Amino acid sequence: MDKQDFVIRFAGEGGQGLVTSADALARAAAHAGYFVQTHSTFPSQIMGGPASSQVRISTTPVLSSGDGVDVLVALNQYAFDHHNEDLNVGGVTVYNAEEYDLPEGGQYFGIEADELAKSTGNARAANMVTIGAVAHLIDFNLGEIDEFITQRFTRGRPGDDEIITANIAAVRLGVDVAKGSGFNVGQLSDPIPPDYKQIVITGNAALSMGATAAGLDFYAGYPISPATTVLVWMENYLWGEGRFVHQVASEIEAINAILGAGFAGKKAMTATAGPGFSLMSEGLGLAWMAEIPLVVTNVQRGGPATGLPTKSEQSDLMSCMHPAHGDIKMPVLAPGTIEECFYAGVLATNWAERYQGPVILVSEFGLADRGENIRRPNLDDVSQESRATVSEGDTGKRYDSWDGSTPLPGMPTPGGPGAYVANGSEHDEIGDTTHLPRHHVRLMERRFKKLDLLTGAHYEIENADADVIIMPWGSSKGPAREAYDRLRADGADIGWVYSVALNPLPEEVLSVLKSGKKVIVPELNYLGQWSALLRQDGINAESVTQYTGLPFRPADLVDSIGERIGVGVTA
Amino acid sequence: MSKRNLEYDFAWCPGCGDFGVRRALQVALEAYSVEHEEPQANNVIVAGIGCSGNMVHLVEGDQPFGIHGIHGRTLPISFGVKMGRPDLNTVVVAGDGDFLSIGGEHLGPAASRNVDVTAVVMDNGVYGLTKGQSSPTSEFGAITTSTPLGKIETPVNPLKNYMAIGVSYIASYYSSKPRQLAKIIQEAMNHRGFSIVHVQSPCTTYNDTYDILKGKPKEGIKGLAFDIPEDHDPSSVQAANDLLSRPGIPLGLIYKEEGKTLQDRYEDLQAKAPVKTNDQLLDSYLLQ
Repeated sequence: MDKQDFVIRFAGEGGQGLVTSADALARAAAHAGYFVQTHSTFPSQIMGGPASSQVRISTTPVLSSGDGVDVLVALNQYAFDHHNEDLNVGGVTVYNAEEYDLPEGGQYFGIEADELAKSTGNARAANMVTIGAVAHLIDFNLGEIDEFITQRFTRGRPGDDEIITANIAAVRLGVDVAKGSGFNVGQLSDPIPPDYKQIVITGNAALSMGATAAGLDFYAGYPISPATTVLVWMENYLWGEGRFVHQVASEIEAINAILGAGFAGKKAMTATAGPGFSLMSEGLGLAWMAEIPLVVTNVQRGGPATGLPTKSEQSDLMSCMHPAHGDIKMPVLAPGTIEECFYAGVLATNWAERYQGPVILVSEFGLADRGENIRRPNLDDVSQESRATVSEGDTGKRYDSWDGSTPLPGMPTPGGPGAYVANGSEHDEIGDTTHLPRHHVRLMERRFKKLDLLTGAHYEIENADADVIIMPWGSSKGPAREAYDRLRADGADIGWVYSVALNPLPEEVLSVLKSGKKVIVPELNYLGQWSALLRQDGINAESVTQYTGLPFRPADLVDSIGERIGVGVTA
Repeated sequence: MSKRNLEYDFAWCPGCGDFGVRRALQVALEAYSVEHEEPQANNVIVAGIGCSGNMVHLVEGDQPFGIHGIHGRTLPISFGVKMGRPDLNTVVVAGDGDFLSIGGEHLGPAASRNVDVTAVVMDNGVYGLTKGQSSPTSEFGAITTSTPLGKIETPVNPLKNYMAIGVSYIASYYSSKPRQLAKIIQEAMNHRGFSIVHVQSPCTTYNDTYDILKGKPKEGIKGLAFDIPEDHDPSSVQAANDLLSRPGIPLGLIYKEEGKTLQDRYEDLQAKAPVKTNDQLLDSYLLQ
């Protein structure tokens, strides 16, 4: 039977090459012209512990990690016990027969991958044996895997050919075992390769790349899961004339370093996760008050406190919007796909320059290190905005009143005209401290008015006439979209609103939401944070929440949204 | 240009040591700008919170750029300014509470980096702006509003701390002789690397230490402050440590070490860094 979509999961222990296996399959499939999306879950430790990594392969762009699993590779008993229940009807488990036994007669068969790998002369090819078995089960073109192996191991070293031959032989041995088992889970339909250039990239790399494309030239950061890979990316690539990157001593140092750099004229960013973001609170307040352009990326994990460092949660939205004491509502961009991560990196950098202030780019564990093939961005379409500055003879002052009817006055650059003090105390036109009511009033209004400048983020509105609107945010977009499509196909009269910008919301989005419809927000937190923020704006919103540390399964959303709108459908 | 901003609502108490430090800083900034033929706008003053932080608003004459940030974070902010714009002369002004208590964690990293910033620390041994609480340098047993029965922490010895963590330029002075202090500050600005000028700047309201520092020669009372002997070798760690083991407060240059600044080290890396264009970077992700 032809199928358009398979989920293959490798489960076992951290350090067993689970991510490598899923990644290899993903790359081979992407190369063949399929769309792929990987997803991994692992404990917060260097090695070991229960972990899994999966890839969803599809003939159309992949929106989520899916409902269940079509092929499970379970490397130990624990993995089998915990993942076998996720098997779809007709799915098959390949278990590690060198590690444990299962009774006869189930939807599974054993494989002795290590032993078979040794017989090829390369004991390290065990994961290729398994990939061979998986490939047979979904009838995947072996030529593509051979090509992938040849590419990966052609490294210009003397032993390359032997390694390639052994790995290809290992794949065949795995195929034979799967053949012998008699199982098959269906045939993957032929790919419909896109007619555009693709890149395979993770969310953290994409947003780093996006910010850099917009002209980022200063980065300071501190390691923290799941934002560390942004720091590592920057330390590798943000080099060159006029650029600076450094690992600093804490998140407090990071936010204050980019404050100094933003003041000095740089396009500056840091990236962190919940605990580090909390430490940045005071600095973010200063950036808002003194109007310093900078970007803080918060790659969310589970909270509060240390929480769940390596799990998915969307529970920092309220703190992103209101990170510090005093009257503040930060601009927030929340990409929902890997491609959106790139463009949010661009826009966050541009927004900071455009409105001369801090911007929060909120990502998630579920996007951070997930690999996906996306359209290669064309840099000709990427704008690089720079703050307005001042020239000799300008009569305006740094903190003049501003009502939005004229372009935002320029920001003086140190060394140039217009010297002022960037002041965290309320201040007068040149930044000297004053507590006079009229200054607090006029600058409070200026700081909020500037948000009107922040337009241009991607948004989607469909079937806005429906009485019920589904409005996910961030990475819940994918599973919510799958659920929405299924509910629509089943006849549900629902509409769709999605916005990468959560503050400020695009005008058109706001007008749909404010038209009195019921807005259902699928989000990965307990409080229902986005719907609560929407209700503050008088929108009739309610949440469908999940706080397991895992992403939504589309089927679960079909059920829970169906229940809310009185449609008795189940997937 | 004088600011004389009537709406600016902060003033130091009469006799505050910070007046002398302000005078010294103004003279030093002016002299530095003349010496390097740079406009005053090339100077950036990064101020902490507290009485001393208001320095940034009270400097007269041609105005430098300034940041009046948050409590304790002058060093990481100045790090960002300096590494973002290495051409700017970046000066920190902070009090002992700001620099050594809430901001103490940033001293070590700043010293390790040898970032080319000059810190002028105004030490009055008290939290003045909040009306007289114990500070890191308040004496053991000091009676303050937050230690009504006496302070039970031993005081921080700032100069020994700076030596221990490897600050590459350490000077100590007091606020009473602005012209001499200005020379030291200017020299610290010219030092390539992290420099600290630690200034005794008495608080006339809560901790008036003028007499203790300078003594009362007429009454035969010796002060704590003493001039550093002319034969002191500031390039010697041993000599600096010996000096700091003497009782009292030395006035002058204690230690100075020439070496690579963070900027120098960074440029060394730049020379071997693989620089890719954005298109090349994107292409490195191309689906093969």
